Amino acid sequence: MTAATPAAAAATREAMTKKGLSARARSERKLGWMLCAPAVTVMLIVTAYPIAYAVWLSMQRYDLRFPDDRGFVGFDNYSAVLGNSLWWRDLINTSVIMVVSVAIELVLGFALAFVMHRAIFGRGLVRSAILVPYGIITVVAAFAWRFAFSPTEGFVNGLLNTDQSWFTESWSSYLVIILAEVWKTTPFMSLLLLAGFTLVPDDAVKAARVDGASASYRLRKVIIPLMKPAILVAVLFRTMDAFRIFDSVFVMTRGAQGTENVSILGYKTLVSRLNLGLGSAVSVLIFVCVLIIAFVFVKGFGTNLSQQRGEAP
Amino acid sequence: MPLARRSRLAALLVAGALAVTATSCGGDDEGGTPVLKWYARDEAGGVFGAAIEDCNAAAEGRYRIELAPMPNNADEQREQLVRRLAAQDGDIDLMNMDVIWTAEFANAGWIREWPEDQVEAVTEGRLENAVESASFEDRLYGIPLNTNAQLLWYRTDLTEEPPATWDEMIEMADRLEADGEPHDIVEQGQRYEGLVVWFASLLASAGGSILNEEGTEVTLEEEPTRRALEVLRDVSRSSHAMPALATAQEDQGRQAWESGDSAFMVNYGFVWPSANQLAPDIAEKMAWAPFPSVEPDVESTVVAGGFNIGIGAYGDHPDLAVEAATCLANEENQTRNAQDAGLLPVTEALYDDPEVTEAEGDDGVKLFPYAAEMKEALDRATLRPRTPFYNDVSLAIISILHPTADIDPEADVDRLREAIEQALKGEGLL
Repeated sequence: MTAATPAAAAATREAMTKKGLSARARSERKLGWMLCAPAVTVMLIVTAYPIAYAVWLSMQRYDLRFPDDRGFVGFDNYSAVLGNSLWWRDLINTSVIMVVSVAIELVLGFALAFVMHRAIFGRGLVRSAILVPYGIITVVAAFAWRFAFSPTEGFVNGLLNTDQSWFTESWSSYLVIILAEVWKTTPFMSLLLLAGFTLVPDDAVKAARVDGASASYRLRKVIIPLMKPAILVAVLFRTMDAFRIFDSVFVMTRGAQGTENVSILGYKTLVSRLNLGLGSAVSVLIFVCVLIIAFVFVKGFGTNLSQQRGEAP
Repeated sequence: MPLARRSRLAALLVAGALAVTATSCGGDDEGGTPVLKWYARDEAGGVFGAAIEDCNAAAEGRYRIELAPMPNNADEQREQLVRRLAAQDGDIDLMNMDVIWTAEFANAGWIREWPEDQVEAVTEGRLENAVESASFEDRLYGIPLNTNAQLLWYRTDLTEEPPATWDEMIEMADRLEADGEPHDIVEQGQRYEGLVVWFASLLASAGGSILNEEGTEVTLEEEPTRRALEVLRDVSRSSHAMPALATAQEDQGRQAWESGDSAFMVNYGFVWPSANQLAPDIAEKMAWAPFPSVEPDVESTVVAGGFNIGIGAYGDHPDLAVEAATCLANEENQTRNAQDAGLLPVTEALYDDPEVTEAEGDDGVKLFPYAAEMKEALDRATLRPRTPFYNDVSLAIISILHPTADIDPEADVDRLREAIEQALKGEGLL
């Protein structure tokens, strides 16, 4: 996914310079290709091949329990998925989790990044403390949250003085899943935003202050515009991640109480029902959704991935 | 590098790789004794370990059974097994199969048909349902190991006589609530197989069935299906439904029961030893009765559960595996499983055997005081649909019925039929 966009950028650059190439430039380019050939080969084997295979499988009737019924069906699996209300419901569920958790993470992450940026002493300690949740394996974190909110062995009900069964209702299941997701990935967001803070030159902020701009005005009109590229990249990465959420939901509700999302649907179809054709169609559609998200960010909001990495635009 | 040398190198590499795979997969023949891997979840207290030891001793070196432990949850067990079997894994010689998997595994060719000359030996004297559950298209694919069925548990300090029907149970709970007594009804309402068991038992008790005998067509007779759905909804919506019904499995039910807030519980026999150990004051007043009927004066029918041992189709020693399975499921081991892990035997005679019926736990409490009622329930019991698409059918039922409080009996009869029809074609999302 992330590889596709720099490659596209490279392609346009290449098109621009194609005309007047000196012999030296040409041989340099050849060397460049040779140097990255091993990496490209590995990428082709571990990403391109599985993706192509999934697309191929998605066009077949192929259920591991009925291997003899295998056959090519074209786009039938796609129409079966897209024509089913379950897919659309799961897509909405996924979007709810994605939008709400990314929105909360952005605000929280921004605040944390600000703290990390401004911390004068104990910088290392503050940064590592904030990063701890991100270092925990998602499944482990999900179990920790599940147990914390369990009415029998959890401590949350004791703290809040209720006997709510959190995973029996839709709203409370979403609440816990989103909280867990926010807790787990806000550090990632704040790290990316911290990189953005370093992009803001101190001079600009100081100049604004001298001109009499208030703190909130400086934030809105100076800092955030300068950070926009970093914010967009952070939101893009998190949105794509959040769209593919699986572990937390699987551990906490297994998709019950209306929390089933597209990844759980894919898992159910592929692993539990062994329907490789239909399941691959779901997987490919998830992939397409992620592509669309990336496209919207890159083309619609002008997210520039190369700028984030310090390359010239 | 000259071509000849290169191809020789390639051949060497291939041979080396083959040798590595051969040694890593073929671990069977160490020391001459073939090892048979038994994929099973070891029941409480490692009771299968003792059976394995006995059978290994009896085999006198012809084979050695080794347990490959499986997860607790039946869905996770199935996921592991089917993933391996679909990849033709030869490591599975024996496996414990839930009664609902037989058709799927047999149809896909993942388990071996039982050798004809041995069929009689493993079916004779065993419960008809249990044998049936190990069969697919009139052929035997496994040896029954244990069975299971649900009973109604009630408290003699709250109700002297158990309710005969579900409606009566709700009325009794109404009265208990008015008197300020514990009045909760405990069932399994989580989005999992337990919900299918509840629905299937209600439907069978109302005189209906999910699929026809061959497992090829949806039946879901209008009237019984509507009645079953009404009961599900009425119980779930009443003030007597246990608080976390929508996420309750058998064990959450047991906990709710032992806390003393419940008046009725539909559950398996494991709740009896557990209550005696963990909540003796509740256990003292605890009694059992058949699963309540749906219609007055019609006896209830529950669906039977349990496990069979199947023989993996890709194992190297099918004959030895049959022999080993026969040993693991013999009467001595069934008795031990009953005494040590509460697993109900499948050999009919054991229900009259004092070794089982009079068995006592360490604390001197009888383990199977309910043996006679359980046997009656098992004699009347039926099975869940037997189709290679069972997993899909089950998912379809769960997706329509969960949460049970939101059931609309009129509309859901048709939705259920539609979903199961689609599941039987293996099409669509579930």
